This record gives sequence, structure tokens and C-alpha cells, in this order.
Amino acid sequence: MIIDINFVGLIITSIMASAVPLILASCGELITERSGVLNLGVEGMMIIGAISGFALMTVTGSLFIAVVGAMIAGVLISTIFAFLTQTLITNHVATGLALTIFGIGISAMIGKNFVGIPGKEFPVLFKSLKDTIPFLSPILFGHSIVFYFAFTLPFFTNYFLKKTKLGLIVRAVGDSPESASNQGINVKLVRYSCILYGGAMCGLAGAYLSMIYTPQWIENMTGGRGWIALALVVFSTWNPIKILIGAMIFGGLTIIQFHMQAMGVRIPVQFLTALPYIVTIVVLVVISRDSRKIRLSTPSSLGKSFYKDN
Amino acid sequence: MLKKLLQKNLECLWEEEKLIKIVKRDQPSRAIFFLTPVLAIFLTLFAGGLIFYILGFKPFEALKFFFIVPIADMYGFSELLLKATPLCLIAIGLSFCFKSNNWNIGAEGQLTFGAIVSGGVALLFYNQEGFYILPIVIMAGAIGGMLYASIPAILKTYFNTNEILVSLMLVYVSKLILDYLVVGPWSNPEGFNFPETRQFSDSARLPILFEGLRIHAGIFLALAAVVASWFIFYKTYLGFQMKVSGFSLKTAKYAGYKGKKMIILVFLISGACAGLAGVGEITGPIGQLHREVSPDYGFTAIIVAFLGRLHPVGIIFASLIVAITYLGAETAQIFMQIPKYTGQVFQGMILFFLLASDYLLFFKIKFTGLKK
Repeated sequence: MIIDINFVGLIITSIMASAVPLILASCGELITERSGVLNLGVEGMMIIGAISGFALMTVTGSLFIAVVGAMIAGVLISTIFAFLTQTLITNHVATGLALTIFGIGISAMIGKNFVGIPGKEFPVLFKSLKDTIPFLSPILFGHSIVFYFAFTLPFFTNYFLKKTKLGLIVRAVGDSPESASNQGINVKLVRYSCILYGGAMCGLAGAYLSMIYTPQWIENMTGGRGWIALALVVFSTWNPIKILIGAMIFGGLTIIQFHMQAMGVRIPVQFLTALPYIVTIVVLVVISRDSRKIRLSTPSSLGKSFYKDN
Repeated sequence: MLKKLLQKNLECLWEEEKLIKIVKRDQPSRAIFFLTPVLAIFLTLFAGGLIFYILGFKPFEALKFFFIVPIADMYGFSELLLKATPLCLIAIGLSFCFKSNNWNIGAEGQLTFGAIVSGGVALLFYNQEGFYILPIVIMAGAIGGMLYASIPAILKTYFNTNEILVSLMLVYVSKLILDYLVVGPWSNPEGFNFPETRQFSDSARLPILFEGLRIHAGIFLALAAVVASWFIFYKTYLGFQMKVSGFSLKTAKYAGYKGKKMIILVFLISGACAGLAGVGEITGPIGQLHREVSPDYGFTAIIVAFLGRLHPVGIIFASLIVAITYLGAETAQIFMQIPKYTGQVFQGMILFFLLASDYLLFFKIKFTGLKK
């Protein structure tokens, strides 16, 4: 069997493309969780971003407005979560679940009028360089700006958390809100900002799905990617660089499943489709088995409310 | 001069004599504990009316079609009970988990797997009749749900794995297994390749209670679960242990409770309840396995459990109220072309408002008024 090097390049490219929404959403959620907030509404925020992006693109015709609008929509919906968990001190898990249920409902309601409308072509960068080097150039060139943003985001996130003062503040708030508060840091403000930032990234991830990856609106089109993104954060042990690896593995699973179907492998379709979910569970088990390692890397106040009596 | 006076007055208002003061309660108020769900429902109705208005519908008419028309006759009422039964059953199971701080959010998967196992058993007996078939089918459903719930439970206790993510991932897996079975090996040989199995024999089906209505004997399963859960919560040592672990895991550990055993037990209970709900769905009005056994009852039941305050009696009321959103969405779609997803939006809002009004549990709002 001759392996065509360009074909391999193509597969790697498609794996990277399917990893983009996972990277965006998990990097956003990672910052949120690093500040001690567990937002389980990733799926809901992503689907809101997907429909807002697609709807704005159809209505205004501007891709820029659509992408920015999707991020704003993500911010707006996460504001509900932030207000409930930070100001009204509600339970993070329950509020996140409500956010997901609400988001899926609202998106389907808005999206009713957008089913079946074809999407627009999203402009790609470095198109002319695409055919220069046989194996590398399809991987490196000819992608949307969101694609490049996603693959640099983990490095920026890492730099932000480890090398900047703001990053230190976020980590301090996540590890010990009491001490941070005593140092004069406004815990509520930090957590609000981190939640809204997570919302923006999830909105962007959703917009990528409905505008670039599969340019159309399908009801419930995130299909559990939000939950996989949440699992990725645990997988990465809250380290942004490892998100990149994890997202590539999960992106790879999705793509390989398509290729296996195309090659006529005699495994029922449903089992292949279930593969990413099953692998998520297996990976979670492997990662979490070492409870000491997990305890060391988990933000200590993750999911716990902080209330300052004044 | 006037400006200075005004400023002084304002400062006074701001700093010393706040009009509204928020004070932390010494103890959560018990009356408000049961009143806030009612408040949440009214707020949801109000916000729902607002959404209808924005969408261009007459709010009062839309709310009428949503909440009153569907249950105005006997048939509608029986449909309400039909939808409330699985919700109540699952929510009762979930209340065991939630009370003890275990976040099982994969009841939908446990329901589906329960339906698969009981459906498989019912298909074994498809050409037989006999009184013994139905109990076996029901047992199979409960065991199926328990097996499926035991996965996140065991992974949580022995491998330290997050039960939220595992139980949720298993929902997707269970739906794909069901899809595979009804399309492939279990599909009806005489069914022209429709994605459904054979009809179960009459002995494998829960009896219909009234001629012409769809309400079936599954409601007794739900009522039995309510009574049993009340007994376990308030009259047994296990219930006490769950309550303590819910309040403080540290205390529970200090008291020497067997944490792991309890986690597995509450997951098994809630899996069994979800599995039974699955049995009710397939052996009741439908009588066969098909692609969509449940319209997300497993997820909606989470809301029911919270709205019912994890209390057996509260859950009965909550399941009835949330079941209306299912019926109302259908009615409103038929009569007013309101998109059916409004039901889900209402469910999300109920939970939002409920959680938000919990603030009143822990904080008092004092109107101090203007004092000179």
C-alpha cells in the first residue's frame, strides 16, 4: 500500500480543523475554572454562539459582525451564569446545567427560521502559498483566521497564566479566594471577568462550527462538543498546552471515524460515532486515577462559592 | 448651598441609612424554602409572557394555550399524568444522588439503557403470553438502569473520575446503542426496515388504566417510588447518612460513614428509577422499542428534582408543573405556531429563577426606610 503524503497532510489538516472548536471552548473554560468557577454551560454557550453567528451572517451579510456578535452573545449568556453564581451565590453545577438547557432551547427557537439556508464562504489566509511545499503547506496555509487564532490561543493562555500579573491574580483567586480577598483583590470582579471571557470563547467556538466548519445551521449542531471540551480541561490537568494535544486526539477520533466509514470498515456506524464519547471516559479514568496529581493541579476552590461579608 | 445640602443628604442615604439592607440570615428560612419554587414559577410565567410578546404573540393568549388549554379536558389530564410519571420517577431517583452531593446527570442514558434491557427481554417473549412476563420485564428495566448507573458510580469511587462528565458521555453512548439495535439486529423482520422492533406481546405491557386514555399502570411505580423514598429519607439510617454527607462531606467522613458504599448505592437507586421510567415508556402506550424512547425526560427530571426541593411530595407537584411545559409546547405549536422549543426555554428559566430566588433563603432584604 502506497501512502500518499499529500493525503496524510489532508487528514492532518481535517483533524486540526475539527480540533478548533474544542481548543477555543476549553481554553475559555480553563480560564474560568482557574478562577475557581465551574461553568457546566459550555454546550449551551457554544450553541448560542453557533446560532447567533449564523443568524447575524444571514441577516447582516457581514462575517465580521457575525463573528464578533457570536462572541458578544456568548458573553451575554454567560452574564446570566455569572450573576447567578457570583452575585446570588447559587450552586455552580445546577446553574451550569440550567444554562445548557436554556441555551439549547433558545437556539432552536431562534434557529427555526434559519434551517436549510446555505452558509457563506469564509475567507482564508495565505491562499497563494497553499501549493508551494507538498506536505506542509496544506497544513500551514489556507485556513480561516479563527483557525490560526485557535492554535496560538493555548500558548497565549499559558503565557497569561504563568508570566503575567493578571494571570497570577486569576490563579490566586482560584486557589484561595480568601487570601486573595485579604490581599485586596476583588474576587467577584475577577471571577466575573473570567466567566465572561469563557463565554466569549465558547461563542467563538460555536460560530466556528456554524460558519466555517459546516457552514449551515443544524439544530443541536454542537452535539456534545461542549461536554468534550469540559472533559478536555480535566484531561489537560488545567494546563493550556496539553489542551492542544487533547483536542488533536479528539479531533482525530472524529475524522478517523469518517474515514473508516468511507473505507467500508465493517463496524456499525453507531459504534464509530460513539468512539469519542467512550474514549473521553477512558481518558478521564486514566487521568483521574492518580488522585494526588489531580488534587495538586485542580484549582482548590473549583466549584465553591465565595461570599464576603461586608 | 442647596447643592451641598443635597450632597450631604445623599451621602447620609448612602452610607448610614441605606434604604435597602441585605442581611445574612442566621439560619436558612424554612418557609421560604418551600415558597421560592412558587415564586420561581410565577417569575417564569412572567418572563415567558415577555418572550411571547417579543416573538410577536399575544402573551396572555399564548400562556393560555401553553398552560391551560392542554389540560382542560379528561384526555389532556391523562396526558399530563402520562408525562409526569417518568419525570417524577426519575426525579425521585435523582434526589437520592443530589441529596448526597453526587451529580448524576446522565439519567437520560440510564433510562435508555433500562428501556433497551427491558425491551430485549420483552422481545424474547414476543410470541408468548403469561402473567410472569411483565414482572420480569419490569425487573429487567430496573436492572438495566442500575447497571448503567453503576459505571459512573464505580469510576467515581475507585478511579476518582468526575461523575458529571462520565454519566453525561454515557447518555450519548446509550442512544447510539439503541439506534444500532433498532436499525440492525432487533429491527422487526416484517417491518419494512422501519427503525423499530416487533410489538411486544400483551402480557409484556403495562395495562392501560382507562379505556380511550393513554395513562397506564406505570403511575403506580412512580407513586411507590415516592412512598419508598420518603421512608428512606426520613425514617432510615441511610437517609440520615445521605443528609449529613450532603451538608458536609468532612462531617460524614469524621462520623465514619462508608462513603464509597453510599455513593454506589445512591447511583444504583437513581439508575433503577430511571430504568423503570424507561420500562414505562416502552411497555406503556407504544409497546415496542424505537429510536426515540424519551424526549429528554432524563434531563428535565433534574429540573423537577430541584423544583421539588428534593422532597418526595414536592417532586410530585414539580413533575406535574414541568410536564405541562411538554404538553403546552405541543398545543401552542399546533394552535399558535409557537416553536415547540419554547418548552425547553421555560424549563431552563424555571431552574434559573429557582436558583436565583434561593438567595432569599440565606439573605434577608430589610427595608429600613428613611430616618432622620
